[in-house]
Amino acid sequence: MIRTEQLVAGWQQPATAPLNLSLSTGQILGLTGPNGVGKSTILGALTGRAKCFSGEIHLRPNLRLALQTQDVPPVDGLPLSGKELLALTQASPEGLPPWLLERLDQRLDKLSGGQRHYLSLWAILQAPADVVLLDEPTNNLDTAGTEHLATALRQRVVHGAAIILVSHDDAFVSAVCDQVLVLKGVSHVG
Amino acid sequence: MWDDIFLIPFLTGLCLALALPILGCFLRLRDEWLAALAYAHVAAAGALLALVGGIAPAIGGMGAAALAGAGKRFFSKRLAGGAAFALLLLGGWALAVLLAANQPLAERLGHALFDGQLYFSGSDNLYLVLPWCLFSIPALAWLSRQLLLARIYPDYFHAQHLPVWPVVSGFDLLAALTLALATMTLGVMGGFALVFVPPWIVFRRARSWRSSLFLSALIGALGYGAAFAIALGLDQPFGPVLALLLIAVGLLIA
Repeated sequence: MIRTEQLVAGWQQPATAPLNLSLSTGQILGLTGPNGVGKSTILGALTGRAKCFSGEIHLRPNLRLALQTQDVPPVDGLPLSGKELLALTQASPEGLPPWLLERLDQRLDKLSGGQRHYLSLWAILQAPADVVLLDEPTNNLDTAGTEHLATALRQRVVHGAAIILVSHDDAFVSAVCDQVLVLKGVSHVG
Repeated sequence: MWDDIFLIPFLTGLCLALALPILGCFLRLRDEWLAALAYAHVAAAGALLALVGGIAPAIGGMGAAALAGAGKRFFSKRLAGGAAFALLLLGGWALAVLLAANQPLAERLGHALFDGQLYFSGSDNLYLVLPWCLFSIPALAWLSRQLLLARIYPDYFHAQHLPVWPVVSGFDLLAALTLALATMTLGVMGGFALVFVPPWIVFRRARSWRSSLFLSALIGALGYGAAFAIALGLDQPFGPVLALLLIAVGLLIA
């Protein structure tokens, strides 16, 4: 589905060491490493937002991507319900935890930070896409949320998608990912 | 009130009273409520310029607003953060005042545009406003999902390799033309009151996006109807009555 060869990506200037990665259907690939090595930039480059300074990105033709960034969706003061948020990305509410399912008719700005984050994440995770790119999905999640997410990720790839996951949460990454790339300043190890 | 002399202006304004609050919800969603004043001033300047040039003011007003709406995108990098609307507002206001100061004909029309000339709307105006509102309300409903996505998940379009500019430019053009028509019918501030106040109320109170669109149109139509009757009954200018009534309703329930 996705393959990169010696990819060096960045916004204004190169921000990553050359990266080779390969992702197939049904796989979950984890990208970890310290701050500033360009984990989020790699996701940006795959979606065409960040610049590819050298190397190559090969995407399967007509590949549909869905990207969850670390930015908090601007829903404060917006009369948008959880159900409407999911409808925007055509995500199904099926499989949501009960503590969110019963709040789908509420406005998003009436939910707690964790509930809002999980729902925003769910809208991307369950959107019609071949590859889902997630940037620090466990931020703001409690233990129950993190456990539910791990199960949801596994179920998502069973149904034919692939996932690239950027996270600082090493325990979560090793629990759910089939393959992990640890990015470093100038090189990476598999 | 139900004589033709008042019925046609009433129906013309009612169409706008339904469309403007819905448009206002999308402008508020995009943090672009200043656009209402900007396009209104540009439309006023365009109408005055057309009058001076011997063209129908309606064509000049709508043409100038459409040009501003469609052209804004080309300067978006330099004019980020609402600067485009502030500059359009200032430019439109300055041009309109200069034209009014130097051309007697333009001065009269200028006053009418800024104060509102609803009671003088004829069937020509209704035949322009009615089909436009019948087009723009469903068009906004059709653009709704894309505009919400562009706001909440700005990376969605990039990730799906879809261009976002047709959605944004289409909306800008729709907003500019609707506000130009509103300016030439309700006046700058009458139109602004309907674009700003009902969405402000429903953004605080509504439980969903769908209900906010419906409620804002309802508040707009009821406020408009009440203001029309009060202004007519007390022989007062319509625009200020509408603005005061909507502010009072807003302070009570928002």
